[in-house]
Amino acid sequence: MQLGIFTIGDVTQDPTTGETPTENERIKATVAIARKAEEVGMDVFATGQHHNPPFAAPANPPVLMANLAAQTEKILLGTATTLITTTDPVRIAEDYSYVQHLADGRVDLTLGRGNTGPVYPWFGKDIRQGIPLAVENYQLLYRLWREANLNYSGRFRTPLQGFTATPRPLDDVPPFVWHGSIRSPEIPEQAAFYGDGFFHNNIFWNKEHTERMVDFYRQRYEYYGHGSYDQAIVGLGGQVFMAKNSQDAMRTFRPYFDNAPVYGHGPSLEDFTEQTPLTVGSPQQVIERTLSFREYAGDYQRQLFLVDHAGLPLKTVLEQMDILGEEVIPVLRKEFDAARPAHVPDAPTHESLVARHAAGKDPIPGGGPESQAAKDRAKQAEAAQRDHENAK
Amino acid sequence: MTDRLTLAVVTAGLSEDSTTTRLGEAITQAASGVVENAGQHVVIKVVQLRDLAHGLTDMMMTHVASRAVQDAIDTVLTADGLIAASPTYKASYSGLFKQFFDVIDESALENLPTVVAAAGGSPRHSLVLDTAMRPLLSYLKALVLPLGIYAASEDWGHNDLQRRIDRVGASLGAMLLAGSPESSGSSDGSSHGDAARPGLRREVKDEFSDVPDFASLLASVGS
Repeated sequence: MQLGIFTIGDVTQDPTTGETPTENERIKATVAIARKAEEVGMDVFATGQHHNPPFAAPANPPVLMANLAAQTEKILLGTATTLITTTDPVRIAEDYSYVQHLADGRVDLTLGRGNTGPVYPWFGKDIRQGIPLAVENYQLLYRLWREANLNYSGRFRTPLQGFTATPRPLDDVPPFVWHGSIRSPEIPEQAAFYGDGFFHNNIFWNKEHTERMVDFYRQRYEYYGHGSYDQAIVGLGGQVFMAKNSQDAMRTFRPYFDNAPVYGHGPSLEDFTEQTPLTVGSPQQVIERTLSFREYAGDYQRQLFLVDHAGLPLKTVLEQMDILGEEVIPVLRKEFDAARPAHVPDAPTHESLVARHAAGKDPIPGGGPESQAAKDRAKQAEAAQRDHENAK
Repeated sequence: MTDRLTLAVVTAGLSEDSTTTRLGEAITQAASGVVENAGQHVVIKVVQLRDLAHGLTDMMMTHVASRAVQDAIDTVLTADGLIAASPTYKASYSGLFKQFFDVIDESALENLPTVVAAAGGSPRHSLVLDTAMRPLLSYLKALVLPLGIYAASEDWGHNDLQRRIDRVGASLGAMLLAGSPESSGSSDGSSHGDAARPGLRREVKDEFSDVPDFASLLASVGS
């Protein structure tokens, strides 16, 4: 089980003091938070990608990841999310390969479409083409990481002739890819098709929807023959705020919640904690709630928490991370690992992917010959052949 | 066959004894009477938007539906007929009425037999049915009946209002009966009737049931 944090890099006024960090302070705080994540024994630090205020997340996450790679030893550097719709797949291929080399393979990425409408036209794109952009751009990214002298032409990008993305991925094994979506079933379908991971942010949507998306992904993963239903690679988000006792946690977090970007000035803290996975309480409550995600997502591989948003000062964020590292994560890791059957894999790492590649067991997009998908395709081809002959 | 038909009343009336809610319920009673007389059972479900006002506003901001809001949406999605009733505010339906339909999926009301009703203080607002309510529900692809009811304060207490209510009720009732499997099946019990009246019997779509196969998604972008 990989446990860690993800950040959206929002620059938000602290509602209790009226102070807003500068962009410089927020960026340096993000680095401090990532270093802290490694220090307290977390497995993953993931950053968002943003192009608009009030966010100071990098417009190109590898810039931050490269800096963190130099300052950390063990922690895996990821994204949540890399915008596959508005970022040129050629630049994704090149920049993430480069940072993968710098970080000795401690890199993966989660692709998302981005739900900020104004961003699309800045990059010459149309939000209504979100799904086709995600489909075409990822297919190109997939090939750029695996083929040299690529010839390519598509709907959304200038054609490529004899193009080789450089550098090549470390050990010829591209970073692991998760596909993130809150509610579009085409995205878990895409993740399943390629045998990639599926990440649900699990924050702004009630658990019934997360459950449907994960269930659909698992069914399709099995259909495409990459493993059984329970072997699919699932990651979840979540958000927590903790204090020794739950009343203190609620009292401290309430002003941040009430004024937060996105859900502030909306539902009450009580309603939102009931309706979504947000957990505000004692470390024990956070442990229990997080372990309960298994009940609707099955045995999953990655759990990321949002801890540094809504204007929470750096000092508080670091304290939260201490609690997570000392009291929560060790218990979660032990309990999740104990509950998981032996045939359910861990989240992929560079080492496991290199071994898989060497063994010739890389997933075949759309499913290998033994998959139900391949059998269905063969049946369809036979039927088409029969129709053709009957027509003669 | 004892298939039960469900009528949903969505009312944006705000007061405890609201004329809007009374109007909506009166139309529902009239339609249900027609259906019951034809030997079919009717279940009436009332969605009081007043009780959902906070939940609807929260959902606007977070996309998270509270249990009560989700139940209300499901009630409308699974109903066989809808009566949508709003008070008339500033020459239109109320903001609360619009909020409910704003959180309903685009195609959720497709082919749903629907009666629009509005209450107002002055008869001079009677076109609210046609200038505001009908376009909204048509946009959502509901089958809005040509007859609707606008009731001004002065209409209450006249037999004429009840006559209009009965007439709309008869019209909605007939439509429900036409679309029900009971009446559309042939007398020998075989039930190919649904196909004979396509569209009248709605299917609640599951968004996961028709996700395009990824190969066709790939083919559609041509890469």
